[in-house]
Amino acid sequence: MFMTASEASSILLAVAMSVAAGLVGCFAVMRRMTLAADSISHVALPGIGLAIIFGISPILGATAMLLFGAILIWALETRTKIPTEAIIGVMFSVALAIGSMMASGEELIDALFGTTRELSGWEIAVGLAGSAAVAGFILKFKSELVVALVSPDVASTAGIDTTRLNLLFLLVFAFTVALGLRYLGVLLMGSLIIIPAVTARRLAHSLNEMLSISVGAAMFSTVTGTYIAGVLNRAAGPLIISIAGALFFMSLLRGTED
Amino acid sequence: MNALDVEHLSVSFGRTEVLTDLSFSVEKGTSLAIIGPNGAGKSVLFRALIGAIPYRGSIRWAPGTRLGYVPQKLDIERDLPITGRDFLHAKTAVSSASAENAALAATRVGLADEILSMTIGAMSGGQFQRLLLAFALIGNPDVLLLDEPAAGIDTPGQETMTEAIRRVQTEHGVTVLLISHDLSVVYEYANNVLCLGGEHPWCGPPRTALTTETLSELYGTQLKFHVHDRLRG
Repeated sequence: MFMTASEASSILLAVAMSVAAGLVGCFAVMRRMTLAADSISHVALPGIGLAIIFGISPILGATAMLLFGAILIWALETRTKIPTEAIIGVMFSVALAIGSMMASGEELIDALFGTTRELSGWEIAVGLAGSAAVAGFILKFKSELVVALVSPDVASTAGIDTTRLNLLFLLVFAFTVALGLRYLGVLLMGSLIIIPAVTARRLAHSLNEMLSISVGAAMFSTVTGTYIAGVLNRAAGPLIISIAGALFFMSLLRGTED
Repeated sequence: MNALDVEHLSVSFGRTEVLTDLSFSVEKGTSLAIIGPNGAGKSVLFRALIGAIPYRGSIRWAPGTRLGYVPQKLDIERDLPITGRDFLHAKTAVSSASAENAALAATRVGLADEILSMTIGAMSGGQFQRLLLAFALIGNPDVLLLDEPAAGIDTPGQETMTEAIRRVQTEHGVTVLLISHDLSVVYEYANNVLCLGGEHPWCGPPRTALTTETLSELYGTQLKFHVHDRLRG
């Protein structure tokens, strides 16, 4: 089997993004952001609309809007004590409404599901560097995130600034969604973050097991999906998520222990 | 030298004032028990002391104080794949403590290896409570804040925990702030008692604080008999 350089680099990017998505997903799922993950991705849409109006790269517009959305969610959550999930739910609907007014049908489909167009060199480079940064953040802040998850009060007495940690996590989460925008589309990147992590949560008995299973399931889905997409000449995103979904349903076959 | 000075502390939630103009101090290396009926604001006081909720007045810890906090019953999701070992390891990493320090903390509270391998959701209330105490002990805290640490723990477990707390106190001079409903424990171990929930908050040594009069003011007369029994036994 021969691969062209562009196929090889898109597989490499797929692997890197899976590692990032798998790691971020574990904490998103444990922090009860399962629904939020899909919703937050829609915040990218008004950004894409604005970018097209101003003639700049839609990816930049989407990334900026996602990061802005993360800060807004954090600020509302910190100031008002409304649960993150409720705030994201409201923001998602508003963003979808504004986004659909500003972007045309084809652009929207591209943004939601990704495109089959070939990725440029710099898109791959940014994707790889971004994925490495996301994975680095999760591994570095793993302990802080675990303690804050069990009890924010206990975390603060252990010297953890939970407000700052929440902001950082939301930013990293939004950035991970932005990374997948061009390749998978925002909608499917949200799913690649959540589905493998939900599968891992069912199967794992410890934190490291969960992180490994989640990354493994995300990698298997993206690599297999990308390969089949190449053979069938189809968009990779929907295939990747279908495979991730199949893995989740297979995990259900293993009965619950308690 | 004082480990903690609290002056004119007030905490309110909306229009309800939970703590009003509370002042007390805790000398280094001593233990202060906080008693009072449900709703007297004991846990709220702790949350103000750790800076988790807004308050008026002043709270001053001695410079460089490291806190260890064991909260009252935590609601955690049952299916989190986080083991006791993961949780203690996280504290070790955050506080730059050594692995030996963490192992010692687990031994002190009587947590065996097989319990540490369980996920925190699968632990019993008592096992989880002991895990929280071990977590608090990692990194050698100067002050322990214990919110009913023995609630839901069986008698041998309670003894292990009390023993662990006493040992860090005598060996490392740790200051202990303890919320407890067990007046016999309070009477035996506390240097001072802070009574919340009466007309005026009251602070003093157990012998003077735990009189029939103050207790009946705190809890109502129907509890007098029960309290008497406990103190004699």
